[in-house]
Amino acid sequence: MSRDTKPLSLLIRGGRVIDSVARIDAVMDVLLRDGQVAEIAPPNKLRGEADEKFEARGLVVAPGFIDLHVHLREPGQSYKETIASGTAAAAAGGFTSVCCMPNTTPVLDSPEWVTWVRQPQRGAMVNVFPVAAATQASKGAVLTDFRALQRAGAVAVSDDGKPILSETTMRDALRTSAEINFPIIQHAEDTRLTQNCSLNEGPTSFRLGLRGMSDASEAVIVDRDVQLAQQFNGARLHLAHLSTADGLKSVRRGKRNRARVTCEITPHHCALTDADLRDYDTSFKMNPPLRSAEDREALVAAVSDGTIDAIATDHAPHAPHEKIIEFERAAFGITGLETALGLAITVLHVANRVPLERIVELFTSGPARVLDLRGRGTLLRGSHADVTIFDPKKRWTFEAAKSRSKSRNTPFDGWQLTGRVVATIVAGRIVYRGN
Amino acid sequence: MPVSAKPAKTQTAGPARGSLLGVEKLPARDITALLELARRMDPLKTRPALRGKRVLLLFYEPSTRTRTSFEIAAQALGAATSLVLSSGSSVEKGESLLDTAYTLRAVGVDAIVVRHPNSGAPHLMANYLDIPVINAGDGMHEHPTQALLDAYTILRHKKKLSGLQVTIVGDVYHSRVARSAIHLFSKLGARVTLCGPPELLPEIAATLVEGLRITRSSEEAVRGADVIMVLRLQRERLAGLKISLPDYISRYQITLARLRLAAPEALLMHPGPINRGLELTWEAADCEQSVIVEEVSNGVPVRMAVLARALGKGP
Repeated sequence: MSRDTKPLSLLIRGGRVIDSVARIDAVMDVLLRDGQVAEIAPPNKLRGEADEKFEARGLVVAPGFIDLHVHLREPGQSYKETIASGTAAAAAGGFTSVCCMPNTTPVLDSPEWVTWVRQPQRGAMVNVFPVAAATQASKGAVLTDFRALQRAGAVAVSDDGKPILSETTMRDALRTSAEINFPIIQHAEDTRLTQNCSLNEGPTSFRLGLRGMSDASEAVIVDRDVQLAQQFNGARLHLAHLSTADGLKSVRRGKRNRARVTCEITPHHCALTDADLRDYDTSFKMNPPLRSAEDREALVAAVSDGTIDAIATDHAPHAPHEKIIEFERAAFGITGLETALGLAITVLHVANRVPLERIVELFTSGPARVLDLRGRGTLLRGSHADVTIFDPKKRWTFEAAKSRSKSRNTPFDGWQLTGRVVATIVAGRIVYRGN
Repeated sequence: MPVSAKPAKTQTAGPARGSLLGVEKLPARDITALLELARRMDPLKTRPALRGKRVLLLFYEPSTRTRTSFEIAAQALGAATSLVLSSGSSVEKGESLLDTAYTLRAVGVDAIVVRHPNSGAPHLMANYLDIPVINAGDGMHEHPTQALLDAYTILRHKKKLSGLQVTIVGDVYHSRVARSAIHLFSKLGARVTLCGPPELLPEIAATLVEGLRITRSSEEAVRGADVIMVLRLQRERLAGLKISLPDYISRYQITLARLRLAAPEALLMHPGPINRGLELTWEAADCEQSVIVEEVSNGVPVRMAVLARALGKGP
């Protein structure tokens, strides 16, 4: 992190503070000092001097955004992204913390690599919380040493992109999860049902002559894992990037049964459907794929009814040679850090009337709870001085060419969005300032 | 010279004029114009319309009839042809589709006819090239010149497609011929019925165009039909889907008995290559109503029209 050595205090004045943990939605001043939230009070009540002041009138002041699901591509795939470039994109998107997935080269399955990712030499601009592999080399057979990974600083384990298919492996993982209070993140896809598939199964896949993934390939794994999680009191199961109505039903069932089941959805699954996929544009190819309009509506409804715990981007940068090729051969994944807030506000708040407070919750306290990130996701006094300041009404056009990510694989190039990050503050320092 | 960050490949505004990527987006009047142009083409009389033009055939999959008829069509118009097969070319050395396309463009070809196992491969090329790209079959997606020659063939025997009852039997799911044919026949006003087992003809197929009918009974499908198009069946595919071969044959094979249910003077079509004894019987393939061999011949004038539209002054 690029920090000066001198501690600094920063006063954020006159913004609308939205914090669901502190139950605040009011105009307040926020004083950050020594990397913590020092005070939060109604306007002009704070006394004492601050080294720096930030005028936030007309803006929303929120706890720093947390992205539970990004691919920073290091170690080993720095041609796609580096921890430095990925976190620069995160800062520009308002994220003060990102959780990076372990499908790197080599796979992040040892405490040594977890430590490596967290080293200051990586040049991260925001907090990086590594998610380690759940099985050795993410091959699904032998569990990694969860305790050692947790001690090294991993916040969860996952074989993202390669789901844990074996019931016994998943059962053992959840048992250990319960013992040491460590979340298992599952990419819910029965890959035995999705071989050679490159998009959602439906009218679009038939029309384009491409093999489609059924809804069931997601729902069967969600269902099974929710069942397994209920076997162990305290086991923590988090379902990544849910995309289907059926998958959500299984999560609801688990939550009703008081299992510790949480889930995230992505902005792109709320914004697009498979019908938007025209002429084999690979910037619409990701996994899980864009689903049907009914699925999209179910996701939006689940945001409102509380089923969803977090919005995560699944930021998945790829180089042109992996994307500008035949659709079926192209890599899955799109970038997402810089468009997340704009899409959430445009699609969920403006178009579907989801309250702004709920959206803020899904970027802050929601994800903090999922991974138990203490002192984050809130601006309560004593919390980490991570703050995201945004203009919920600002209209702007996203230009992929100006992205801070090393990659450009996004379907949202040229999109008009409402809601833009104005400043991102990590540990009391402004790491990004918009225009 | 400093290395610039300018991207080496840039997307063009869209496929070059004269490209033929599929029937789905081809307006009915363009289809009619192409068929009209094909009727004026005489494969036996070489015309100089495309003299000096170079047509490149890029085939990533095996092909007999499509490849040769494109070659003969191009030559009949006076164009020079070259053939590049994926095996024995730089494709085997790992060259990407776009790099191969740019290389061929740099060599100086004027149009590329491409067959590829991946759906959408011709679209990718067309989006980055400034010369016409003609789809000679892409994955399970489309095979537009096959649909055009089928329509051409039908029109040699029937006054018009509008109002005809066309039945397509067999493995629709994996068939690019079927997708193109469904689009084309529907655009020209035919009523299209699809028939096959659910594994090879999912219900979702009905969403391809409006008014499609699906039935699981071959008798029902054939009854009263003016055109019966039988699709090729791959034995390995049936095994993979755990469909019993005798069961398929008993339910869906086109036999003389089933053909008798069709309208008088119905046409029996098949895009080839045919598997006698599988999707249709020996006798059916050679029956009086069969135009299977004629379809192959008609491929030449139709592909002449497609090439003339791509490279000549065209309609």
